[in-house]
Amino acid sequence: MTISAKNFRELRLERMRRDFGGLNALKDISLTIKRGEFIALLGPSGCGKSTALNCLAGLLPLTGGSIWVDDNRIDHLKPEDRGFGMVFQNYALFPHMSLRKNIGFGLRMQKQPQAVIDAKVEEALALVRLTKQADKLPGQISGGQQQRVAIARAIVVEPPLVLMDEPLSNLDAKLRLEMRAEIRRIHNMIGCSTIYVTHDQDEALSLADRIVVLRDGEVRQVGTPQELYARPAHADVAEFMGYRNLLKAEAETEENGRLSMRVGTARIAGLAVEPGNGRDVIAALRPEDLTPSTDGPIAASVISAEYRGRDFYGLARTQDGMELWFRSDIPVQPGEALRLGAPAERVLVYPARAA
Amino acid sequence: MSAAMERAPLTAPAAPDRVSLSQRLARRGLDVTTLLLMPALLFVLALFVYPALYGFWLSLHPMNANGVFGFGNYISFFSDRYVYGTIFTTLELAVPVTLVNIALSVPIALRVRHLRKQRLLTTILIIPVTLGTVLTAQGMLNFYGPLGWFNRILMTLHVIDAPVRLVHNFTGVFLSQIVSGFPFCFMLILSYVSGIDPSLEQAASMLGAGPAARFRHILLPLLGAGLAITFCLAFVQAFSVFPSAVLVGSPSGPTRVIAIAAYHAAYEQYDYSMGSAIAIIMGGVQIIVVAIVMKASAALYRGPAAGGKG
Amino acid sequence: MKIESEIAGKLWRIAIWALVGFFIINLTGIILSVVVDSLGTSWFATWLPNGFTTSWYSESWSSFQLGGVLVVTLEVAGAVLIGSALLGVPAAYALARRDFPGKKLVMLLFVLPLIIPPFTYGIPLASVLYQFGLGGTLTGVILANLMPSVPFVIFILVPFIEQIDPRVEAAARVFGAGTWALFRTVMVPLLLPGILAALVLVLVRTIGLFELTFLTAGPGNQTLVVALYYSVFAAGMRANQTIDAMAVIYMVTSLVCLIIALRFVDPTQIVGRSKKSAAH
Repeated sequence: MTISAKNFRELRLERMRRDFGGLNALKDISLTIKRGEFIALLGPSGCGKSTALNCLAGLLPLTGGSIWVDDNRIDHLKPEDRGFGMVFQNYALFPHMSLRKNIGFGLRMQKQPQAVIDAKVEEALALVRLTKQADKLPGQISGGQQQRVAIARAIVVEPPLVLMDEPLSNLDAKLRLEMRAEIRRIHNMIGCSTIYVTHDQDEALSLADRIVVLRDGEVRQVGTPQELYARPAHADVAEFMGYRNLLKAEAETEENGRLSMRVGTARIAGLAVEPGNGRDVIAALRPEDLTPSTDGPIAASVISAEYRGRDFYGLARTQDGMELWFRSDIPVQPGEALRLGAPAERVLVYPARAA
Repeated sequence: MSAAMERAPLTAPAAPDRVSLSQRLARRGLDVTTLLLMPALLFVLALFVYPALYGFWLSLHPMNANGVFGFGNYISFFSDRYVYGTIFTTLELAVPVTLVNIALSVPIALRVRHLRKQRLLTTILIIPVTLGTVLTAQGMLNFYGPLGWFNRILMTLHVIDAPVRLVHNFTGVFLSQIVSGFPFCFMLILSYVSGIDPSLEQAASMLGAGPAARFRHILLPLLGAGLAITFCLAFVQAFSVFPSAVLVGSPSGPTRVIAIAAYHAAYEQYDYSMGSAIAIIMGGVQIIVVAIVMKASAALYRGPAAGGKG
Repeated sequence: MKIESEIAGKLWRIAIWALVGFFIINLTGIILSVVVDSLGTSWFATWLPNGFTTSWYSESWSSFQLGGVLVVTLEVAGAVLIGSALLGVPAAYALARRDFPGKKLVMLLFVLPLIIPPFTYGIPLASVLYQFGLGGTLTGVILANLMPSVPFVIFILVPFIEQIDPRVEAAARVFGAGTWALFRTVMVPLLLPGILAALVLVLVRTIGLFELTFLTAGPGNQTLVVALYYSVFAAGMRANQTIDAMAVIYMVTSLVCLIIALRFVDPTQIVGRSKKSAAH
């Protein structure tokens, strides 16, 4: 394998900032990315993740802060002088060039000898398994294949860093799963650092070494997929990571980080994740951790239920009018009365913010 | 599946003679909706095709041959240098004007597309397109005339000592074709340039292409077909130049364009037969030029200028 | 190296804006010199006229019979507008919605009037009109102006109609709309923006269309632009200021149409839409 990531130790973003008019799209983003790392920038639309990526690429100038590759400051460089690879959301394949020409474009711009270009393009085509289609135009191949060309085009120049802007969002669900595996496979083979922008937490969890959660232009949490899944640092991160039930609760007693609180008329226990003082808290829990049991503290009646193959997912309403998502191993019917409960270590408690 | 087909009753109403005429026509795409085309089609046949054919017929029955069939008009056109020379006079004017207009439009359009307030500029530039060549000509006579503001300014700035002659000659017609032709080219090219997905250029720059390389490898190939079409449409206007050739040119000499020759024959000598012949020759030259340009651009990419789906 | 390319980029940008600026200055000069002259008492070898007056307008109005010319212009424009809508809209709909044998030929037939010089078919058209006794009449002028307008409307509307999903019509049928109801409640509201844009462009074009009117009009039915041509052509017979006054009147008329047009369409459409024709 001759395609491999160039040497560098780390990429540093220092208080990176970008304003649009009066709007702060990015507020002092600081982050260090090590060589070979796969970073996912995760956040809802409008959180600034694409802006961050474009700033890194050089497509948008910064309005503050700096970007460093080891000891070289690069934020004043034009995109063509940074040498990063990028995979665009719409792939941005050159429609008038064959796949071979598309992939070879970066090498041609580096004025590499034709023999080197041919060899590397051939290798990249094999890597993304498109050797047979090499002389077609982008318009003649499927979306998934276009996606693979876009990846091949970005990595064939052996960039220190590859930027990917929601690369799977234009594909259908099945292809998305396949390409996810493909991206991971290529990353493992090449070992280039990757920054991957997405709004899909499943993608981020399955691909990334570390996940950076952005919201309103700020970094909310940085951590491994395991950390983010099990211990979101804030209630909004929790909501984004699949904690669909966010219950307003009133803290009563605390003991070794274990909190007892009142949710409506029920009393439940949970773990205090984010320190805060005050009685108003938010308890976050995943639907899969909230199950019916005879001694469950929360009484509710089923509104709807759907069969998911192995188990049932449903929506129930408590007497206080609170709606809860839950999971059940046994069939449940709309209108049925239930008692729901969750293990205390799966209930994460955050201070309630003044809205 | 195939077994079921075999067992299907043989009485299936598949006989083609049972299909009515309207159904058969509909199968080929001819139905009531298609008939909506007829009024416009008849109109074009009556007012374009018939006159063109009639003109062609007329041109082959020269007036001086008392209406007997013959190529006399075409022979006399191509044997008189003063007359056939108008083709070259017109081409010498129309080709450079069109090329200059396109050459100016491309870089400006590439810059303007990044502008957020495009609308103001495009509105200013649309004005000469709307005003047309006659008003432009009258304005040019005032502005570029020997006593006009343009010469006065240059003389005040001591760029020149005596007024430059900018009207009633080839330069005048050339300038007038730029004043009214450039905005037209610019608008067309701007709309083509805006149709190119900006992420393609971004992708090229991420791959190390500087501005010149991006233009050569991405923009120019993607614009190619659009430039050819712009050339053709702008060329029609420049090639059929008439009012400005008369008003700001010197219609008996250096700017005696082919339209003047046609007009002269038909409306001043009342020889409709000869006028039609010249008009047909004019159309023929135009079609040849369009055909050459389209042929030359046929090798270029002509699909959508967007990267992938979306 | 990097600094050099930066400077080159800056110079390039300055050069381009200088070019645009120079063009706009010249354009302004051309227009303004007409306006100033039309308002000046006498103007010779000075920066500005000696004095200002509006009397040229009344003189121009009466000596060129501009009242009649304006009426003719509006009549022609109005008739062309209605005619091109009645002929062009149904044809555009048929071309957008149906594939039939010979469609390419029909398209070519509609493209030709747009890419062939107006003189080429204008001269034979004029002789045909004279043959039928329509030469030099208002009807003849209207027919001649209608000629390029119908294909123009078609080529603006075809892509517009194509991008309206035909399933919308199918859905209306499924919900029980008859042909008339379909037309009234679904098609007209959907098509109206496109039709309006197309017609406004036709209006702007018709006011400025010179050649065909020039070739077919008689003395009593010239449009404004042709009357202006004759007066500039015969310059010297009357004071230049009266010609300029007439030019200003023409300018105002077409600018009013342009302002109306810009309310409905993007400026690039005014020239840009016809590119679709040649792209087919």
